[in-house]
Amino acid sequence: MSKLDVVIATDCGSTTTKAILIERQGDIYRQTCRGEAPTTVEAPFEDVTRGVLNAIQEIEELSGRQILDGERIITPAEGNRGVDIYISTSSAGGGLQMMVAGVVGSMTGESAQRCALGAGAIVMDVLAANDGRLPHEKIERIRHLRPDMVLLSGGTDGGTISHVVELAEYIAAADPRPRFGTGFELPVIFAGNRDAQSEVERVLGSKTALHLTENIRPVLERENLGPARHVIHDLFLEHVMAQAPGYRELMAWTGAPIMPTPAAVGQIMQTIARRQGINVLGVDIGGATTDVFSVFTVIGDDGVSAEPVFNRTVSANLGMSYSISNVLAEATMPNVVRWLPVDIDEADLRDRIKNKMIRPTTIPHMLEELQIEHAVAREALRLALVQHRELAVGLKGVQTERTLSDAFEQSGSGDSLIDMMSLDLLVGSGGVLSHAPRRSQTAAMLIDAFQPEGVTQLAVDSIFMMPHLGVLASVDEKAATDVFERDCIVYLGTCVAPVGDGKVKAGEPCATYELTIDGAAGGATRGALGYGALDLIPLAEGVEADLILRPNRGWNVGAGAGQELRTRVRGGVVGLVLDGRGRPLDIPEDLEARRRSLTAWNQALELYDDSGEEA
Amino acid sequence: MAHAYTPGLRVTPYTVLRRSRRLPMKGLVLARVGETVHREQVVARTELPGNVRTMNVVNRLGIAADELHTFMLKKEGDSVQKGEAIAASRPLIKWFKTTVEAEVDGVVESISAVTGQVLLREPPLPVEVLAYVDGSIVEVLADEGVVVETRGAFVQGIFGVGGEAYGPLHVLSDAPGQDLTVEMIDAGCAGRTIVGTGLVTHAVIDKARQVGAAGIIGGGMHDSDLRILLGYDLGVAITGAEDIGLTVIVTEGFGRIAMARRTFDILRACHGRQASLSGATQIRAGVMRPEIIVPDLGGAPPIAEKDATHGEGMREGDPLRVIRAPYFGHIGKVGRLIAELQKVESGASVRVLEVEFEDSSRAVVPRANVELIEE
Repeated sequence: MSKLDVVIATDCGSTTTKAILIERQGDIYRQTCRGEAPTTVEAPFEDVTRGVLNAIQEIEELSGRQILDGERIITPAEGNRGVDIYISTSSAGGGLQMMVAGVVGSMTGESAQRCALGAGAIVMDVLAANDGRLPHEKIERIRHLRPDMVLLSGGTDGGTISHVVELAEYIAAADPRPRFGTGFELPVIFAGNRDAQSEVERVLGSKTALHLTENIRPVLERENLGPARHVIHDLFLEHVMAQAPGYRELMAWTGAPIMPTPAAVGQIMQTIARRQGINVLGVDIGGATTDVFSVFTVIGDDGVSAEPVFNRTVSANLGMSYSISNVLAEATMPNVVRWLPVDIDEADLRDRIKNKMIRPTTIPHMLEELQIEHAVAREALRLALVQHRELAVGLKGVQTERTLSDAFEQSGSGDSLIDMMSLDLLVGSGGVLSHAPRRSQTAAMLIDAFQPEGVTQLAVDSIFMMPHLGVLASVDEKAATDVFERDCIVYLGTCVAPVGDGKVKAGEPCATYELTIDGAAGGATRGALGYGALDLIPLAEGVEADLILRPNRGWNVGAGAGQELRTRVRGGVVGLVLDGRGRPLDIPEDLEARRRSLTAWNQALELYDDSGEEA
Repeated sequence: MAHAYTPGLRVTPYTVLRRSRRLPMKGLVLARVGETVHREQVVARTELPGNVRTMNVVNRLGIAADELHTFMLKKEGDSVQKGEAIAASRPLIKWFKTTVEAEVDGVVESISAVTGQVLLREPPLPVEVLAYVDGSIVEVLADEGVVVETRGAFVQGIFGVGGEAYGPLHVLSDAPGQDLTVEMIDAGCAGRTIVGTGLVTHAVIDKARQVGAAGIIGGGMHDSDLRILLGYDLGVAITGAEDIGLTVIVTEGFGRIAMARRTFDILRACHGRQASLSGATQIRAGVMRPEIIVPDLGGAPPIAEKDATHGEGMREGDPLRVIRAPYFGHIGKVGRLIAELQKVESGASVRVLEVEFEDSSRAVVPRANVELIEE
């Protein structure tokens, strides 16, 4: 592309289509305007382009730039007219829904699951030869789910083919129909033992739209997810998107392929992690689902090579409105109630949560209602991370060797790649985090749910711009990272959390600190962090500081037990949060003691009381 | 956003309604355009492919998979009866012969020389779609179903469980806010749709089920009772397929909440008349609410069905109900639309409006927390 000065990007969500305008200002790109309109995939419009045009019109009104000529997007930009490129992501119509199959659930089944999730799909079920279900139960399951596509894997290249062919036979017997387009054949991707390709083709070739690609597990100790993910993206555009109302036209408008929304978020996360050389964990908590993304650098078997590994999981029934009751069901009442500093009758709490489920667009009017939602959010986030830890394990994303003995132990929780101590940046997104009345509430929810260890920067995607930037990154990485840094992310601050089993009583210090703020008069601020305490030190957005942490014996802040850590920390709209509550978080079981602790922690961060200024 | 409010539930004494009645897959449509149909009349029929039974024949015969075809007595496409031999070994001594018999009636779907499995497909399962409401066919959806049009009273609930049901309305309350009690449910409720105007408890639902009621409608119910009724904690609001013996619909929400007077007045006016009801609720994309339809085909000329979800927005004087604490369930009207964002108790700055309640008191509430009562 010769020139990229003005970009219009949309994200077509299930309910809202969000548009942003990005313009080059000198050497950097900035997001300058945003608009939104209801998504129009469903009746009575049944044409996604209506919502896109409405959202763009809102931007036209706000920016004064003419972007549309009737129903055509003007390209390229000339003066105050037109844009250089239009790009879009989509999760409308429920996103990309897939079913995956592998011979052994914990091996090729899990690889297939990672492959589909990384491509931005919701995995409806994982079918495996050893999943304990009887053949007719598997066939019934395939028939009822109606996925957008199926990923079939299994077997290493050159190994036995009978098990994966058996799975193909079940799929053929189910004769599944795709969700959209009754006259179309269901896309099935075969990414298993290459020796089984001809047999799989014989079984499924005439009944499905079969696509053959490289094995996602060519040998036991290596995963190769890239080729199958590319096929998933191609089929998403060709089959799923092309069948959804209006998408064929929308695809003709865009200057880059439309990406599934979560795939785009994953793209920007990976771009940021790579460019800054950091480990990133991101979460997007929506009304129905919660997505967790992670990029962690993993040291290779040679002990020297390091490679960032991307993982994504979606917790399909953890969310803050449609799925809020499911959070309660999965987390259980005691785990939700433990975050509430006020006394609420359990039956009443149940009714309130169900009422939110059936009227998902309502918002907390009273403080007590807000505290209930924040309590539920902590549990939804916690459970989503548990699920992410379980899948982000063992093998590296692409072409990485492990020893054979490791390969047999990959599903164990001890093998999770998610190491909170090495996490550098934790990014939150989604209504309950982005729209919390105070940013300190957002920080508290992230800290309580994810329990970052050592020194971790906290941020929030204020207006859910990451999908747009993900697809922009595929066009121009610099433009995407410029906007990410300057307009997308609101830095909340940094969390410092010593971890350890050092025996100290509540209130006794678990670490001391020395903070020297850049440009501040008066030298360093020194203090001690008491066990069980939560402290907030003002450190404004854009300000950095030198921090020296000296943990007590048995406590670790990132340099090893009892070892001093010298680091740079970045401020934010909340500040520097010193969390001495231990890991895992030590919440008193006694009702009165818990209330006292919660009240003290809430006051320290000025979460809900009126005493402090709004953070 | 153009409209920062929840589209209201429709509650109207007389309207024209159309309902699509579709098969899950292509089949035979049994009604014609213009035909008058009865709610329980079959309007379309199809056959779902039968269940599949897998039989590992090679294991049973002790042979290799690639030899399977030579031991099969049936080929793909052949019909088989349960107990009929489909494969047999050929030992030198006949006494050692092993026979594999079909485990179900059906057709041989596939014989795999790779896995050694034989798949038998059971006979197809018939699926029928009923008209659901008394009315007439206005459109035939080729090979898929029909569109039925009816006229009459229409009430949308907020939440329901159980599928489609039919039974005359049996109103047991004489004002909004009266809880149903077990004593009020007797044999006279059999086959009827019981209407209460306050709380519906599990004990009441259970009694209604015992006496054979078709359905039960109330203002609200407790989540704890729903959990007992279903036997599990409902996580996601997708309902309609529960096998609980009757259909339950609440018009306002969870908790002890009085039915809106307008809803009550309409249902009371329909006392004794045949109703079609559905508890199916779906709150994700493609919102579906439970409904009560009381056809009155002899009524006035039809008025086109208004699209409830695409109204013209909120105007002063529009009737509404508040759908979140602290005024949850209160009925009123739009007093004043306030343009500026206002900070509410939770600390959030949001778009608000002033509501004038039925007792003339006024309160400022977030716009997101009211829904219009649509006719």
